[in-house]
Amino acid sequence: MLDKNGIARRIAKELQDGYFVNLGIGIPTLVANYIPQGIEVEFQSENGVLGMGPFPFEGEEDADIINAGKQTITTMPGASFFDSAMSFGMIRGQHVDLTILGAMEVSESGDIANWKIPGRMVKGMGGAMDLVASAENIIVAMMHTNKAGKSKLLKACSLPLTGVNCVKKIVTNLALLEVVDGGFRLLERAPGVSIEDIRKATEGNLIVEGEIPEMILD
Amino acid sequence: MIRKTVPNVAEALSGVKDGMTFMLGGFGLCGIPENAIAELVKLNVTDVTCISNNAGVDDFGLGLLLQKKQIKKMISSYVGENDEFERQMLSGELDVELIPQGTLAERCRAAQGGFPAFYTPAGYGTEVAEGKETREFNGKMYVLEHAFQADFAFVKAWKGDEAGNLIFKGTARNFNPCMCGAAKITVAEVEELVPAGTLDPNQIHIPGIFVQRIFQGEKYEKRIEQRTVRQKA
Repeated sequence: MLDKNGIARRIAKELQDGYFVNLGIGIPTLVANYIPQGIEVEFQSENGVLGMGPFPFEGEEDADIINAGKQTITTMPGASFFDSAMSFGMIRGQHVDLTILGAMEVSESGDIANWKIPGRMVKGMGGAMDLVASAENIIVAMMHTNKAGKSKLLKACSLPLTGVNCVKKIVTNLALLEVVDGGFRLLERAPGVSIEDIRKATEGNLIVEGEIPEMILD
Repeated sequence: MIRKTVPNVAEALSGVKDGMTFMLGGFGLCGIPENAIAELVKLNVTDVTCISNNAGVDDFGLGLLLQKKQIKKMISSYVGENDEFERQMLSGELDVELIPQGTLAERCRAAQGGFPAFYTPAGYGTEVAEGKETREFNGKMYVLEHAFQADFAFVKAWKGDEAGNLIFKGTARNFNPCMCGAAKITVAEVEELVPAGTLDPNQIHIPGIFVQRIFQGEKYEKRIEQRTVRQKA
């Protein structure tokens, strides 16, 4: 089974040289720590920066330079700042190659819910609806089940949707899956996890074809 | 040169009344018009509608107006850091319209640039699109969204000149440029107000035509919401 860092490490293997990537808050943020050697990627933050760098050294924080999680950050050589309208122009115009974000639920048709639990939690969608409506390549990083042990990979989402038919891949603590016609196609098992474990934790239709390799994290 | 300078925040906000709609720049607490917000608290205008990406925190930013129950309605994309906001929203005291962040920015820009409405893919198939016109273009579905209409836009820039030209710094830029000229009156506050001719015209982010009043803010707290650092090796 993978922990949060393990999920981030597996997702990082999906990065390709030259990709512009938008990272959501939570597990996706950790992906930046595991960029494969020998490739160049640039991180976009929707509040208006391309070429995001690591956190600043203590004493070097700048209140005017933050990421979408409102954390103080630095910039890399070649970075740029821009306004919110241009930022979402980059996103809607599909200039950003990959979006990685968290979710509360994903359906077998690729719908995603991650912004609202009616009556309990209403924080808002932020940029998530713009991102999922436009990105060609969306990977969801999340735990396979919620805190109550219920599957988060469902036939249909029960929570208010963020977007429809948009999720391409999902990396959980148990597996790497691809959304295809008819359900979640199992591509890889997390270390030490059996197909049966994954089947039990998946409410939506799980498609298992041929040998399913165990993930290799390097 | 057409001068846009006003001597202080009080004059900059003259004409502000109960029931008006305001746009306020900023992302979280980054790049918010701190001086205009403090003056709105002092003026105690009520029943106002605020268009702002976030709602501040409990004791800073728009949270200060929320505490005094001056806000009737918020139009935002993310309101996660404010307990008083959540309380007022869940109790029904505060009307809240949550909209996608890119849609929020574009509804400002549409107002600035003279578009009554536009189509966006954001929110299609979700409750955000309920009751709105949808349309297919090239095999993909889009939602019709309308330009905002606001009485005042309060923005914050790093530097500005007497002509109202503005330069922003870092990610404090965010929604501020999109809101300039998007309301009947745009009030810009800056950290440094300089004479016309001082700023290089090549470096201006927002031309002064979009700004009706400009003043130098008295002080800027520039509070950091999430101070994150790494250790030196």
